[in-house]
Amino acid sequence: MAVGTQYLAEQPKLRTTSLVIGGIALAALLAAPFFLYPIFLMSILCFALFACAFNLLIGYVGLLSFGHAAFFGGAAYFTAHAVKVWGWEPLAGILLGVAGAAGLGLVIGFLAIRRQGIYFSMITLALSQMFAFICLQVPFTHGEDGIQGVPRGHLLGVVDLNEPLAMYYVTLAIFLFGVFAIWRIVNSPFGNILKAIRENERRAISLGYRVDRYKLGAFVMSAALAGLAGGTKAIVFQFATLTDVQWQMSGEVILMTLLGGIGTMIGPIVGGGLVIALQNYLAAYDFPVTVLIGIIFVICVLLFRRGIVGEILELMKRKAKGAA
Amino acid sequence: MEFRGFVAVKDVTLSVNEGTIHALIGPNGAGKTTVFNLLTKFLTPTRGQIVFRGNDITRLKPAEVARLGLVRSFQISAVFPHLTVLDNVRVALQRPKGLATQFWLPSRSLSVLDDRAMELIDAVNLSAYAHLTASELSYGRKRALEIATTLALDPAMLLLDEPMAGMGHEDIGRIADLIRRVAKNRTVLMVEHNLNVVADLCDRVTVLARGEILSDGSYATVSADPRVREAYMGTEHE
Repeated sequence: MAVGTQYLAEQPKLRTTSLVIGGIALAALLAAPFFLYPIFLMSILCFALFACAFNLLIGYVGLLSFGHAAFFGGAAYFTAHAVKVWGWEPLAGILLGVAGAAGLGLVIGFLAIRRQGIYFSMITLALSQMFAFICLQVPFTHGEDGIQGVPRGHLLGVVDLNEPLAMYYVTLAIFLFGVFAIWRIVNSPFGNILKAIRENERRAISLGYRVDRYKLGAFVMSAALAGLAGGTKAIVFQFATLTDVQWQMSGEVILMTLLGGIGTMIGPIVGGGLVIALQNYLAAYDFPVTVLIGIIFVICVLLFRRGIVGEILELMKRKAKGAA
Repeated sequence: MEFRGFVAVKDVTLSVNEGTIHALIGPNGAGKTTVFNLLTKFLTPTRGQIVFRGNDITRLKPAEVARLGLVRSFQISAVFPHLTVLDNVRVALQRPKGLATQFWLPSRSLSVLDDRAMELIDAVNLSAYAHLTASELSYGRKRALEIATTLALDPAMLLLDEPMAGMGHEDIGRIADLIRRVAKNRTVLMVEHNLNVVADLCDRVTVLARGEILSDGSYATVSADPRVREAYMGTEHE
């Protein structure tokens, strides 16, 4: 995966480096299930994609959504219901989750986009809390129990997803597709306008851009991609629960993105991987995971404000400048 | 074109004739920038009417006014600081060329705009800096870039908010030439403090003081008006 900052794109040497790193990363991802527990890896992929989708909004539009759990968890419910109750094929179920999340994103985004800064964040939080409440009350989500025992089924009627390796590679393909989609959006004519709006909104308006529409477009895309992650997670774990729609999940994705590096292409992947790995490995010990993650978060904010990947990129940039 | 009746500025009936360079001058706090904000809809007038080329634009949104061809620059230099000079101009070209909403195309597809963008950059003598980020430019060059960006929209009417502010002597001559050149087939309304520039460039001058029109006419008429002298210099003694 190429590191998609404009700066790197313009530096052939760094571009080669990032292609090499991307190649190694891809090889590692392909080989990983032979060394690590596939469910754990798939969990990382789902959350990393979720964080990337969130980062599309905060990193490239400058909008801090505090309600992304609604899209992630909502899609998980839609997918789980379609596959379990209606007997849909898994990919079709995931696509329904994506469409549902996009629809939710359109409604929440439409209402929130009119406000800026903290007010925008508060509106997304309030609306996603309303959605979480609806999920608790309506019958199809089965309240506290969630939708359990979702069959993984056969992808396109052919590939048996109950096979862990098959499920892993499908999840990896979805993850790579999602990350590529984000990379493409960021580095597209549309992404260019998003950058301009983030840089100087008034100027963008005076050039005739209806900035609210561009922001809403980005919001819906971010919601849809969060839905892609949520729907996939429902198939992987075979359930959808309230945990995924609640505000704690919105907070967690902010944490992952901040930790990895806002506005970098691979930062949220690293952040997501780190948080999930810590939760996974520390679950076996008595030490409370949340405290440790909290400490890491504080250290990160105090020492590397750009996040892990953000700091590394900055270091590379300074080195390249020094060499030039 | 005429604009009537404002609130923060009151009873300003300003009509700008198509194809002229019209200056809006006046002491600080006279309401010049407010008039600009009203015309470009960054502020909404409580009363009055704004007509642009026969269309009532009083209730339009800023982006829509810009789409009609009434495009402004800002007093404080408005560039996209972390984009390159070329990208700054390309952003302005993207919408009119219909290349702004394609989220599925690579950025490379914007290179079709490069020729036109370079022409515009060349027109303001920034060719040598095309690949620098805008934040690296000197103040005067940032203003030149802003004008290039504004011209990219090929607007029927340009509103320039103090285009010469903070510029060195050389830059002033260059930008004045540029304004004269671009005004050949469009209308320009500019706020400007440099009266030499106004005298040199503008067909008509409107003087604003304390939110009201003090005087209106050619530079010679206006500069001879005792009320204008008073507003600028304080009370004149007999």
